[in-house]
Amino acid sequence: MAAVPESAGPSTSGGLIGWIDQRFPLTKLWKEQAAAYYVPKNFNFWYYFGVLSLVVLANQLVTGIFLTMNYKPSSTEAFASVEYIMRDVEGGWLIRYMHSTGASAFFIVIYLHMFRALLYGSHRKPRELIWIFGCLIFLLLMAEAFMGYVLPWGNMSYWGAQVIVSLFSSLPVIGGSLVEWIRGDYYIADATLNRFFALHVAALPLALVFLVIAHLMALHEVGSNNPDGIDIKKYKDAEGHPLDGIPFHPYYTVKDLVGIGGFLLLFCGVIFFAPTFGGLFLESPNFEPANPLQTPPHIAPVWYFTPFYAILRAIPSFAGTQVWGVLVMGAAVLILFFLPWLDRSPVRSIRYRGPIFKVMLTLFALSFVALGVCGVKPPSGIYPTLARICTVVYFAFFLLMPWYSKIDSVKPLPERVTGHA
Amino acid sequence: MLRSGILMRSWILMTAMALAAAGTAMAEDEGIPLLKSHADINNIDSLQRGARNFMNYCSGCHSMTYLRYNRMATDLKIPESELTSLMFTTDKSFNTINSAMPPDAVTWFGKQPPDLSLMARARSVDYIYSFLKGFYVDKTRPWGVNNLYYPQEAMPAVIETLQGLQKPVFKSEPDEHGNAKMVLSGVELMTPGSMKPEEYDQFARDTANFLDYAGEPIKAKRQSLGVFVTLFLLVFFVFAFLLKKEYWKDVH
Repeated sequence: MAAVPESAGPSTSGGLIGWIDQRFPLTKLWKEQAAAYYVPKNFNFWYYFGVLSLVVLANQLVTGIFLTMNYKPSSTEAFASVEYIMRDVEGGWLIRYMHSTGASAFFIVIYLHMFRALLYGSHRKPRELIWIFGCLIFLLLMAEAFMGYVLPWGNMSYWGAQVIVSLFSSLPVIGGSLVEWIRGDYYIADATLNRFFALHVAALPLALVFLVIAHLMALHEVGSNNPDGIDIKKYKDAEGHPLDGIPFHPYYTVKDLVGIGGFLLLFCGVIFFAPTFGGLFLESPNFEPANPLQTPPHIAPVWYFTPFYAILRAIPSFAGTQVWGVLVMGAAVLILFFLPWLDRSPVRSIRYRGPIFKVMLTLFALSFVALGVCGVKPPSGIYPTLARICTVVYFAFFLLMPWYSKIDSVKPLPERVTGHA
Repeated sequence: MLRSGILMRSWILMTAMALAAAGTAMAEDEGIPLLKSHADINNIDSLQRGARNFMNYCSGCHSMTYLRYNRMATDLKIPESELTSLMFTTDKSFNTINSAMPPDAVTWFGKQPPDLSLMARARSVDYIYSFLKGFYVDKTRPWGVNNLYYPQEAMPAVIETLQGLQKPVFKSEPDEHGNAKMVLSGVELMTPGSMKPEEYDQFARDTANFLDYAGEPIKAKRQSLGVFVTLFLLVFFVFAFLLKKEYWKDVH
């Protein structure tokens, strides 16, 4: 690696690359972003989910383009056009399953990616903006997934949209007209489907791609965190490279290939052997066309929204309005943005944190999963109580953090990163 | 490294436990459990019989607007000569299967007989099998029959000549006040039909199997293709892993 010149000046290479380099910083970009971008050598399993998010994003963009070629965004044709894709379009079934499975896979990898940040303190200074861009991506992704779910115009699409859009009607004063403005009609109708289509295939993906670029630019500006949560720029060799760093290419490009291979094994396992995933990825009522006169027996959002849906349902109505649940649910997402300033621990990584943080993080993770289960189940039996307890734990994790992260004991940090995976 | 390994494993274990709990929570169900159909989407003979059953007994009222005759013939290896005998005479082989039921059928039954293209996906193959076996005599219903698995259904027992008539079986169960009440628990054959019970089971299984095929014609091919995709990815994974090891041997 040492033989590669580091200068970011004009390339000395001739031929086509040289011609391009004099007009566009191709070699410079490649060096800065990959071949001479130094990354900690001790990344572990949790660090795969960043690249996997990119893989799923690419999958969604490409399969989405092909679906758009045959999908009809009209309330009279949408359902049939999806079946046309499934039956008459060459390879259409595969493209559709890649897209529908990709939606769920997106949330799996994003949730694990965010959890990685919590484990190793990747949101802490100087990476606050990376975290904020990430939270914005998560927020947009939820809007993107919700609108995408409406497009097949099945009965769960219809009633899911009905329930979620109606949430805004609980807002005081503006609620009613806001809901009308979102729907473009007095009920979920053709106009709603059309605008959701426009947002799903053009506006939101564009915004998502821009945010992902910003997320990566901010990351490459400050450099990656690592499982030890310590700065690798302290110890450098004669050429100024971190001693604990290795160039992203080829080391992490080949390592990511292994992660992508493992991911694709699971992803294709679902696509080819369980595309509905027992009714969790594609819900059974959605194989019936949208019917405004017939409510599905049990309306539940797709699994990736259920933790937040459970929080919504856990909040009782008070002073004659349901708006509190909507506000608390919104707060559950927005509170993520403040995480870098809530955390007051002197160390980043869970490896050097004390027992209080470990207990709180465990409770938080368990309550998030439990909320997901509560959101899938009808609100009866133990579920409403469980959802309320878990909502309290969810918020306690964030709101008490300034206090417990400060008083928690810490272990001494090592000077250099420990080992490599 | 060892410590973080233990930490990671404990995380994975915890997540697995939480997921297992979620799974059990979701498995619980209410109502009479469905019968197991044991239908096999790869059994072409069964699917062919199912297609014939559907065309002979169901297609008079139920359409299948997303399935084309020629697609069915190709997938189920039905020769052209036999296909035409299954089709409505005015249909072409590229048409989809449309029932002979006029739009005003809703006034005969209270509702339009549903399209069956996606019934196996909206419900399940076991549901269709159970439904076909669940008719029983109920004088309170407009057509004199009810269904164990779809109470208050609107369909007349058009297949009773095959299965025969079934009567409901009740069992005693305590209600919320502790008083005994009678609950519907099953059905039993009252007067035999033209088929023996095993023959009718096979009839129901084949028909349910065909509806499963019709719900997703690519299903069998999807699964067999999946085996090759998995094998390819396993090989890819091994090579990627070896490549990574080779590159990383100088990282200490």
